[in-house]
Amino acid sequence: MIDILINVTLLAFLAITAIAIVRMTHLFAIVMLYGIFSFLTAGLFVVMDAADVAFTEAAVGAGISTVLMLATLALSKDHQEKKSRHRPWLPLSLVVVTGAALVYGTMDIPGFGDPAAPSQVHVAPYYIEQSMPDTGVPNMVTAVLASYRGFDTLGEVVVVFTAGIAVLLLIGGRRAKQTDKTQLEKESDDA
Amino acid sequence: MYIVVTIAILITMALALARALLGPTVYDRISAVNMFGTKTVLLIAVFAFFSGRTDLLDIALVYALINFIGVVAVLRLVQYGDFHSSAKTSTKTGKINSE
Repeated sequence: MIDILINVTLLAFLAITAIAIVRMTHLFAIVMLYGIFSFLTAGLFVVMDAADVAFTEAAVGAGISTVLMLATLALSKDHQEKKSRHRPWLPLSLVVVTGAALVYGTMDIPGFGDPAAPSQVHVAPYYIEQSMPDTGVPNMVTAVLASYRGFDTLGEVVVVFTAGIAVLLLIGGRRAKQTDKTQLEKESDDA
Repeated sequence: MYIVVTIAILITMALALARALLGPTVYDRISAVNMFGTKTVLLIAVFAFFSGRTDLLDIALVYALINFIGVVAVLRLVQYGDFHSSAKTSTKTGKINSE
């Protein structure tokens, strides 16, 4: 009962937030709404018992990406989104048709938490039975991520680290130039 | 009892969402996002007690920390324009206009 109430309300909030993000033109407000969107998604993940995904969503979505988008916003001068000139009817109809096809596709998906679903009978029983004696990690998802697929996770961390360095170089590099410019301006003013 | 608390929290979330959508100034929106994050923490805590999965309380704690750090970072950005400059050397173009 409470599950259904929370799910329906959070999904309604999610839809309202998404429509507001599309309709708004004030970029700072849009970034703030992105943060709310991430918190809503993370809450939904928690209710659906996907705690690890919820962790990632809250840390990356509500934490890092909000700050990164605001840092980008601070570097740009214009904080208003430009209105598009054309009427996007063709993309809209394409998206609606694709969405309808995807909804039609969900008809064949087994129910949420169905024990007879193909994904539950493939390798999941092995992990449920063997992950504790194999690795000694109490959380099954952590055991798969950090032990069975340890090298895979290491590769992912390298990719994310590289992307982080690239973002820092982009934002920080622009900042250094600005300082030089303002110093030059000051010197010319003094002169 | 849990359902009353849940409904109360969801109504508060709706009010915070409305303030984030309408809020004329930047500070209204920041405050609304902070409040929305706090309500998410509360909702997860209530859900943890309701469903008996007390390990979800750890997630609620992490959300509270992320919310706090995020709001501090956002406020710092709004005031100074970026993370590097101190209070004395605020840039000209970097500031986010509070309209």
